[in-house]
Amino acid sequence: MLTIESLSAGYGEAQVLREVSLNVTEGEVVTLVGRNGAGKTTLLRCLMGLHRQQTGRIEFLGRDLGRIPTHHRARSGLGWVPDDRGIYATLSVTEHLTLARPTGPDPWPLSRIYDTFPVLHERRRFPGTRLSGGEQQMLAMARVLRMGARMLVCDEPTEGLAPLLVQRIGDIIRDVKAHGHTVLLVEQNVHFAASVADRHYLLAEGGIAEELDNTEVRRRESELLAYLGI
Amino acid sequence: MVNVIQQLFNGLVGGGFLALLALGLAVIFGMLRVVNFAHGAFYMLGAFGAYLLLTEAGVNFWLALLVVPAALAVVGMALERAFVHRLTQLDPLYNFLLTFGITLILQDLIKVRYGNQSQPYSRPALLDGSVNLGLFQYPSYQVFVLGFAIVLCLLVWLLLTRTRVGMIVRAATERPELTRSLGVDVGRWVTPVFGFGIGLAALAGVLAAPMRAVHPMMGSDLIITVFAVVVIGGLGSIFGSVVAGFGIGMAQAVGNLYVPALSQTLVFILMAVVLLWRPTGLFGREGVLT
Repeated sequence: MLTIESLSAGYGEAQVLREVSLNVTEGEVVTLVGRNGAGKTTLLRCLMGLHRQQTGRIEFLGRDLGRIPTHHRARSGLGWVPDDRGIYATLSVTEHLTLARPTGPDPWPLSRIYDTFPVLHERRRFPGTRLSGGEQQMLAMARVLRMGARMLVCDEPTEGLAPLLVQRIGDIIRDVKAHGHTVLLVEQNVHFAASVADRHYLLAEGGIAEELDNTEVRRRESELLAYLGI
Repeated sequence: MVNVIQQLFNGLVGGGFLALLALGLAVIFGMLRVVNFAHGAFYMLGAFGAYLLLTEAGVNFWLALLVVPAALAVVGMALERAFVHRLTQLDPLYNFLLTFGITLILQDLIKVRYGNQSQPYSRPALLDGSVNLGLFQYPSYQVFVLGFAIVLCLLVWLLLTRTRVGMIVRAATERPELTRSLGVDVGRWVTPVFGFGIGLAALAGVLAAPMRAVHPMMGSDLIITVFAVVVIGGLGSIFGSVVAGFGIGMAQAVGNLYVPALSQTLVFILMAVVLLWRPTGLFGREGVLT
């Protein structure tokens, strides 16, 4: 579904990504694990066309994204859930869900969104930033599902959330996967990653250092945690 | 006391102009991240447009109020397509150079024809008299200007809060990149929004023609105050610019009554105080400039 080949990118002189290659198959949940500054967010920004790639090739649903502008990438089925959750202060919860028009390949009807996230229905008239952190995270995910994303691109969705909410986000990801969506997840929480994902890429110093499966992640959990500096 | 109230009323009328100009600047800044120094020049062109239509074609005030803003909005959109949109990738210094340069060109083009003096423009016959506001008599035209400015600000408010375009403008003002990543073609709305802001400035200019001097420098005299208004209201905050517009109008008028020596500086003192107290302005949020 998604193939990234030898992707390099940077900021000015500083090279952040070096020849990164990875692939995600339809229906999979794949995580990118790595220290702060390893280039995870830059990789997602390249994928969304928000950061210029220097070399390499990104192919999504059989199409080379090369020069495709950001809004067309979104409409082709990439649903970006940014690390700061990207919630607007000047838009109500309902407006968050209608700003992203159902232009993607698989839009959820509003009724389904509200069935899955009843709290968003309760707070539908609230300005986005009045929601709690967990609610904002749900809104950010609900919004791209409403848009019709085939693939959710989530940047550290559990960061700063209480354990109960982390569990809830995990349930949502498993639910979304069960309904045929694909998820690319940036995650520092290795334990959480192993509980939702099928495969993991370890990103180190701008490149893919290792590809791991769940049993390996569980076996090497303490080693990985030490490496990630948590 | 009556004196103060009358002065406050003068301030509200003056504030109406500030609010309309600041509103246009705010939507343009929000959508393009461009500070349009040429805004005052379009205010001036609005007034001259009305004057020109009257003297050359006999077009009356009411028709000018429709035609001039629409025509200048089109000019604004052409300017945006030709030059302004190139600014997005450049250092903010170029923003200043381009829009200030446009201002100088427009002002001098008018000076070539009319010199450095004021042109007369009489009030529309319908609004030539005065009305009794209870405590004092007040020129009907000024009352009309105030009402018109308030209605316009409310209409723009409804447009921004109740329509899809308004929602896109709010979203793009707050988080342009994020908004594109949600499948919204933000670029499509940039030119119309620029034209809309210019149209508002031109409209304020037409409104100003019968009560202020129609002069090539009328815009550059006013625009400095408008920038202070936008900063006080909070850069990028549309609501803030309107509230600050009317507020500064009244503060200036009352200031004129008690400390006339400060009339030119009062707005900047207020700006400094507001910035010390709230660095993002009264209704601004952090991060608009990053």
